[in-house]
Amino acid sequence: MPDSNRKTSGPSSGTGPSSSSSPSPTATPTADRSPGVDEDAPSGSITSYTVGLLFALALTGASFLVSQTQLLWAPGVAVGLAVLAIAQMGVHLVFFFHLSSGPDNTNNVLALAFGVLIVALVVTGSLWIMYNLNLNMMPSSAIMEMRQ
Amino acid sequence: MNINAATEFTDGSAQMTAADGAGPAPVRIVVAYGFWIFLLSDIIMFSALFAAYAVLSGQTAGGPTAHDLFELRNVAIETLCLLFSSYTCGLGTLAVERRRMPHFYVSFALTFALGAAFLGLELAEFSRMIGAGAGPSRSAFLSAFFSLVGLHGVHISVGLIWIVFITAQVAVRGPRDFVLRRLRCFSLFWHALDIIWIALLSLVYLMGAR
Repeated sequence: MPDSNRKTSGPSSGTGPSSSSSPSPTATPTADRSPGVDEDAPSGSITSYTVGLLFALALTGASFLVSQTQLLWAPGVAVGLAVLAIAQMGVHLVFFFHLSSGPDNTNNVLALAFGVLIVALVVTGSLWIMYNLNLNMMPSSAIMEMRQ
Repeated sequence: MNINAATEFTDGSAQMTAADGAGPAPVRIVVAYGFWIFLLSDIIMFSALFAAYAVLSGQTAGGPTAHDLFELRNVAIETLCLLFSSYTCGLGTLAVERRRMPHFYVSFALTFALGAAFLGLELAEFSRMIGAGAGPSRSAFLSAFFSLVGLHGVHISVGLIWIVFITAQVAVRGPRDFVLRRLRCFSLFWHALDIIWIALLSLVYLMGAR
């Protein structure tokens, strides 16, 4: 009974017919496979790569358009470019890295969230500190006057 | 008694995992997770250089500015090279999974050629800038520019060497499990370089050339 339970609720259910216990026509000799190994599970499909490429090309084109024309209100161009870049990173993560909300990906998504947090801290923290230092720095002419 | 207890314990834990539906994760998943953490640490290292560039991009010391130096046509071609090489890299990995070896060799030859074209364009740009007196020692802006873009170029070079090695492994060892895992790691690395290039393109080139 436990065996039949395990087969129906195994970790590889839903990923397709390529679990190691069932003989599939495309698999190479399965005699040397251990139960936790399912190397034939596909990583994406040609369709997903093509869709991702088309999205990426469209977003890149939009970035060039926004930066080279007067389409956007000039002070808003930086925000527009940032939005387009983040959107394109999302497209790459979904269509090229195959990051999803599935159970296999929970750890990857959590690690990504932590990485984004650290990157945000490093970049905004540096910009903030250096901006403040710049504001509070004495102009070089004033330093010269103090030395005299 | 002890033995009974032990068997009871193992039985209980076995039932528990069966009920959870969460046995040990496949090796494929674990390897990809570890490599993903490496890639994130690499991206964090890049973020420090991005922060340095953002702080220093205005400090030209009277030298050439970003607007004077960047040629967007060149940058657009570089971007296309990277995007399409990412695409062919993904297709090549799929081809090995489906045991279509000729497809794999064509895809990875294209990936290598596009990556090499990107690197050639970047080196040509660097040498043109250095020849025009805008080398990394000219100003803080140029130091930050060369270290940031140059580090991405170094990653591309490492990727090109890696393509050669992984293709040789697939040719010699065949599409076995461990070769497939290494191939997927390379594929993730190559896609990650694309993500960094998007940030570079937006922050350095498109913002700078305005």
